[in-house]
Amino acid sequence: MPFDGFMYPNEVELQWSVLIVVYPFVTGLVAGAFILASLERIFHVSAVKPTYRLALLTALSFMLVAPLPLQLHLGRPERSLEMYLTPHTSSAMAMFGFVYLWYLMAVILLEIWLDYRREIVLLSQSTTGIKRIIYRLLTLGSSNISEGALRVDDKVGWVVSLIGIPSAFLLHGYVGFIFGSIKANPWWSTPLMPVVFLFSAMVSGIAIVLVLYMAMMKIRREPINMACVDTVAQYLLYTFIIDFGLEMLDLIHRIYEADESFRSLDFLMHTRLFFSQIVLQIGLGTVLPILTIGFIQIFNVPEKIRRFAYAICGCLIIVGIFAMRWNVVIGGQLFSKSFLGYTTYKVDLISREGELIAAALLVLPFIILAVLMKILPPWSEPQPAIDAASQAAGAD
Amino acid sequence: MITRRKLLMLLPAAAMAWEYVVAGTPEIAPNYNRSQHWWGMLLDIPKCIGCGNCVRACAAENNVPEGYFRTWVERYHVAGWEQERPQVDSPNGGKNGFPPSKYEGGKNFFVPKMCNHCVDSPCTQVCPVGATLHTPDGVVLVDESYCLGCRYCVQACPYGCRFLHPTKHTAEKCSLCYHRITKGLTTACCENCPTGARQLVDLKNPADPIHEYLKTHSVQVLKPHLATGAKAFYHDLDGSVR
Repeated sequence: MPFDGFMYPNEVELQWSVLIVVYPFVTGLVAGAFILASLERIFHVSAVKPTYRLALLTALSFMLVAPLPLQLHLGRPERSLEMYLTPHTSSAMAMFGFVYLWYLMAVILLEIWLDYRREIVLLSQSTTGIKRIIYRLLTLGSSNISEGALRVDDKVGWVVSLIGIPSAFLLHGYVGFIFGSIKANPWWSTPLMPVVFLFSAMVSGIAIVLVLYMAMMKIRREPINMACVDTVAQYLLYTFIIDFGLEMLDLIHRIYEADESFRSLDFLMHTRLFFSQIVLQIGLGTVLPILTIGFIQIFNVPEKIRRFAYAICGCLIIVGIFAMRWNVVIGGQLFSKSFLGYTTYKVDLISREGELIAAALLVLPFIILAVLMKILPPWSEPQPAIDAASQAAGAD
Repeated sequence: MITRRKLLMLLPAAAMAWEYVVAGTPEIAPNYNRSQHWWGMLLDIPKCIGCGNCVRACAAENNVPEGYFRTWVERYHVAGWEQERPQVDSPNGGKNGFPPSKYEGGKNFFVPKMCNHCVDSPCTQVCPVGATLHTPDGVVLVDESYCLGCRYCVQACPYGCRFLHPTKHTAEKCSLCYHRITKGLTTACCENCPTGARQLVDLKNPADPIHEYLKTHSVQVLKPHLATGAKAFYHDLDGSVR
């Protein structure tokens, strides 16, 4: 029997699979990476500048994948456009399409385009063949890169970033609201859910950019800018402390209040969710990284060890946040709404909502990122072709 | 042999009984006016014997796939003061009845469950495309030609009444036999209940006996704290029922 105790007969089958775990995880990375990028742009934290463009491209890569798990999960995926055409305004989920489009089109794409416009125009002049066609298309017909035009770009980019911060909050706060507004499910139904989702998103986004930046420097055999990674790690620590504080507040509140759902939730945390919640999410994914990065802030740790610690902590944090999404989405479906029984979730390996697809969806953003970095290099290194074109443009 | 005198004495009683019988019976289809009805159901717990007739009738009437339930019956056993820990079972949704209880003493009773056709239904609220809808006569329906199969409604229903149809891949639930009640018939489960434990009620019909029943009996809805405006009214509902 796949369940213990009493489940309502229709509850035995879990409705939201691992793909719905991937969805908030991926959107969280988008929001977090963007907020890290805005640190440099809006709050003038110049130390994190080396990660600015990488953070933007990371946000875009994950953003492009974000709707895929939802699409694959739908029973009738061919009807998904109905959500845009005839949205039901009282539904939190119906707003996904609009929040997504707003964030993708009006924030991320626009900011990246404005930031890269000079390079795109120059590359459209200096490259040949298919590359030239791509860059010409990317200019969107605007090849004016005079000082005045670039100044306007910069100002507009700043405004877009400014709008982008509340938009990032909206994007992921909204994902949290999808769960937090389900009054039928006490594991989800809490006003803290959007806030917890938001801060955990920031944590995961900052962590992934930190790890990606260090990995890219290693691959490119370039020195890691320690001032940059130290600052990013600091922001990671502060955000994580707030996130962990909120999560603990939620947990302590549940334990102290101990309403009728508490026995079920307590049982799950000691059994089916023990590994993913206590060991992965709280132990390895939260307490260990907070203590390690906190230790680095207080004591003088050699550079080599710091680098190693940041890489390990970054990876642990990403795994921990994925475990947090798992515990929310899957954990919230493991107990009966009668609070009298528990079911189990066995994920398939090969199926439309199986492990392989979930893994592919998690790898896909990195492939997109590699392509994007090829087209729009995030590193501000001198490129002879660009410089020559730039000089030519200046001579004009 | 009924004499003329006896017949005259019986007629008023028969007229009263007839009025009772026809009360709440909807008109036949051509006259059916959706704005004149507001459907719900009365579930009389002391009358339910757990025979599973309702579950079988529902499955046959609505082609409910095996292993999924538009309605089901739960058996409760409450041994003592601990209302929060009843022993509950519902083998195959009670479709084939129940084996003898393994518990002795305490109280045992059956609870038929179904969609509560809530006035403020969470499932309708969350549907991203409006495929779950309220009819003007108070029934919550799913438009299977429009449903995306996102299952947000399944998560939002506090009563576990919804499922994803395994072949249609759209959300499904009790339709209160809408195809029957709009033709003047009652639901398949009510039709087949041997004890009258289920009664279709029309809350807009002043002649429906439900109005008198609600005034004179102890009636409760499931999970009232969730304020869904449930219209499945349970007579003599025990506090242990979840």
